[in-house]
Amino acid sequence: MSEKMIELLSGESRADIDRWIAKYPPEQKQSAVMAALRIAQEQNGGWLTEELIQAVAAYLAMEVMAVYEVASFYSMYELKPVGKHKISVCTNISCMLCGSDQVVEHLQQRLGIKLGETTADNRFTLKEVECLGACVNAPMFELNKNYYENLTPEAIDAILDGLD
Amino acid sequence: MVNIEINGKPVAAREGSMLLEAADEAGITIPRFCYHSKLSIAASCRMCLVEVEKVPKPLPACATPVSEGMKAYTRSPRAIAAQRSVMEFLLINHPLDCPICDQGGECELQEMALGYGNDVSRYAEAKRVVHSPDLGPLIATDMSRCIHCTRCVRFGEEIGGMMELGAPGRGEHMHIATYMEHSVDSELSGNVVDLCPVGALTSKPYRYSARPWELQSHHTVSPHDCVGTNIRLDSRSGRAMRVVARDNEAVNECWIADRDRFSYTALEHEDRLRKPQIKRDGVWQECDWDTALTTAVEGLKQFAADQLGALAAYGATNEEHFLLQRLMRGIGSANIDHRLRQQDFRDQNEQGPYPALGQPIAALEQNDAVLLVGSNIRKEQPLLAQRLRKAVRGGARVMAINPVDYAMAFTLAEKRIALDLVSELLAVAKALLEGSSEAVPQWLTTAIVGVAVEESHRAIAGTLRAGKQASVLLGAGAQGHPAAAELRAVANLIASLSGAHIGILAEGGNAAGAALAGCLPHRGAGCQASDGIGLDWKAMFAAKLPGYLLLGVEPEYDCIDSAAALQAMQEARFVVAINSYASVAMRDYADVLLPAATFAETAGSLVNTEGQWQGFNGAATAPGEARPAWKILRVLGNLFDINGFEQNSAEEVRAELEAACAQLPAAPAAWQPKAMSRLPAGLLRIADVPIYAVDAMVRRAAPLQTTADADLWQIRLNSVTAEKAGFSSVVEARLIQGAGEVVLPLLIDERLPDNAVYLPAGLSATVGLGGGFAAVELTHA
Ligand code: SF4
Ligand code: FES
Ligand code: FES
Repeated sequence: MSEKMIELLSGESRADIDRWIAKYPPEQKQSAVMAALRIAQEQNGGWLTEELIQAVAAYLAMEVMAVYEVASFYSMYELKPVGKHKISVCTNISCMLCGSDQVVEHLQQRLGIKLGETTADNRFTLKEVECLGACVNAPMFELNKNYYENLTPEAIDAILDGLD
Repeated sequence: MVNIEINGKPVAAREGSMLLEAADEAGITIPRFCYHSKLSIAASCRMCLVEVEKVPKPLPACATPVSEGMKAYTRSPRAIAAQRSVMEFLLINHPLDCPICDQGGECELQEMALGYGNDVSRYAEAKRVVHSPDLGPLIATDMSRCIHCTRCVRFGEEIGGMMELGAPGRGEHMHIATYMEHSVDSELSGNVVDLCPVGALTSKPYRYSARPWELQSHHTVSPHDCVGTNIRLDSRSGRAMRVVARDNEAVNECWIADRDRFSYTALEHEDRLRKPQIKRDGVWQECDWDTALTTAVEGLKQFAADQLGALAAYGATNEEHFLLQRLMRGIGSANIDHRLRQQDFRDQNEQGPYPALGQPIAALEQNDAVLLVGSNIRKEQPLLAQRLRKAVRGGARVMAINPVDYAMAFTLAEKRIALDLVSELLAVAKALLEGSSEAVPQWLTTAIVGVAVEESHRAIAGTLRAGKQASVLLGAGAQGHPAAAELRAVANLIASLSGAHIGILAEGGNAAGAALAGCLPHRGAGCQASDGIGLDWKAMFAAKLPGYLLLGVEPEYDCIDSAAALQAMQEARFVVAINSYASVAMRDYADVLLPAATFAETAGSLVNTEGQWQGFNGAATAPGEARPAWKILRVLGNLFDINGFEQNSAEEVRAELEAACAQLPAAPAAWQPKAMSRLPAGLLRIADVPIYAVDAMVRRAAPLQTTADADLWQIRLNSVTAEKAGFSSVVEARLIQGAGEVVLPLLIDERLPDNAVYLPAGLSATVGLGGGFAAVELTHA
């Protein structure tokens, strides 16, 4: 069964994961779990299915539960389908003091969804995350792997208007 | 030793130990939840915070190594303030449902809250509610009560060997769950009930049935495998309510198997015999003890002594085995046997006094090379497997020669999966002899001619030889093999050639005690030569004995050859059964049913695989008129007018037996096989005894029977064999073995070797079929 599971990872993904495995001692394959989950997620359009989590576990010879613990711990892994553009708003302390509430409020209004939801047209997913390490220019969000900082409602509109 | 000071008291602590451990050893209690001496340190609950001099913040004592000159304060105002704050945080999300919680009265959180909690909560906000997953028939969950100590998670990872429970999510959302709502299937799963400090994980069968303060605890010993697991049986007004683990570092540490924990649920099974019964004109009638016993004696007296046979259950107590054989020998018959799961007795005179592990149980952990032969050790002897798992974690190489690629809780360093266990062992022996000039018996030199040695045989041989402490362990599959005598002979030689210990993982609950008590046709108590060699069970069945006395056995389930056993019982003219239960078949073939107490309701003793005698008293009241079997046997002895049945207590019986065992003879010279047996050609059945089919009690424990381990009602083949036999796409098949046959679903199982058909013994579906390693036929259903 684990052989079959592994096949859910594309050849390309497996080669990519192998590069990460090679960075660690051979008996420490599990150290590559975070990279492997990211790669599996990218292969699947931005989210991890239960089977993909099992595939990663089989590939790294880990307990499925241990992989699932990692996948459910970090906010960059998605366990449900996400929209084309994923907006991760930081609401941790620095951002909160600098007005992340307003950022969230504006995004929710403009997109018509709440935190943790995806728009009906599957274009946007909005989620709340903890500190992303950009406190100097708070408030901020991450959109499709780019950081956008010093956010204001106007700036947000401009960013979103520029998307396809 | 490291010198430290705790609360001003000088303490000499072990180097590398944690402050909490040092305090424990010095008798100073530090509160804790997540710490457990048998698990890795998580330091996640923070209940053990203490003040350490020159350290600005309180430190978790469980994760703070001692250092020379360290001064710790466990009861200073700062330490207490820290402990009280932690308690307040733990209680924030804990429900106030103690009145309906099974843990109430024995809850570590409740106890600590009494010492460290506030009277009134300052927290007025909503509490967390957590989904409680269904973990199967054994463990009940109430996850809102969980305090995230992760003991249950660490248990699965570190001891059970399956990480079934985990802690997904983060922060406020972290919770204990299984992956995709899976049931928890480990054979050791029930230990999390003992480990969970709160009422998040509790026993499902015990749920809502009693309160801890109503219970009386009794120390007893589990009779379902050769370990002699120490258990505590809690009863209320004489009724067994639950079983929990009892610590015994040398035997079971603090763990027990699910079989030990939940078998008590069979005590009130509907098959339970409550009154003596006799069959008159084919109709069962309840009667008083006098009538039943005289009927039994008269019935047995109608035959010549040598026409009588006695069969005993492996798990009967020493006292019962001892009195049974005394009774039979007193009557004049040595036709006595308990080895119903074996079929090869050619070397019985050359065997040691009892089937022994040959080393202390705890020493298994120190082995660095182990070869398992014919053993699904994890399901046969769960706690011995646990010891081996520890050895593997410490770097040991465990290898197996098995007829099924059984799932172990550790990775096997080498394995040979084959039906022909004898040839596999011979190949290992041959590998050991390569380049060695050691003298070996002639029969071995002849036997290894033409045996093909592969790399894996050499690897097994090399690992055994290189091991500083190595063992060859024979499991139930080897003991029950048709060529078991040869397997033992070759295994013994492998052990002596490689410098390994030889050990037997004896089947059943008290095989060692049964042998020592003389419940054997060729040896009396204490291994003395029997006056007159009696018949083993196979010979009894073949001789068509007309009269049988059964002690605790259901031969059609307990005998490896169910077909022969059922036929022998049905054809016998008079069968007396001393048993706690009566099966449907037994009601048909028996003539007198004498209701016996189970191990839980009688005083007695068992001998475990390392030769330890462990006694116990009755913990619950036997139902109806059921009596301890040793008393029934004593009265039978009196009625037969035989000397030696004057004992007033089980202890007196035990004392006699112990005196007989004081001087055990040395193991005789080894048995020499003549030629090696060959397995029949064609499809062969593999018929091991599943974990929850080992004895009459376990077979009736409803919660165990609904676990994944009991889901075995299938005929299994590997895909190659299925293809060859034309069964690839068949859903159901008929297995024919001799005169018996059964139709069951067909399952492809790649753990099996070619030409093997796997269908376990001991199931009601397989009553009436022959034994393992015998030819079978498959047809379309
Ligand atoms: S379920 Fe019990 S043992 Fe497991 S983490 Fe929660 S409190 Fe600890
Ligand atoms: S708090 Fe928002 S980036 Fe650090
Ligand atoms: S017992 Fe030390 S942190 Fe839990």
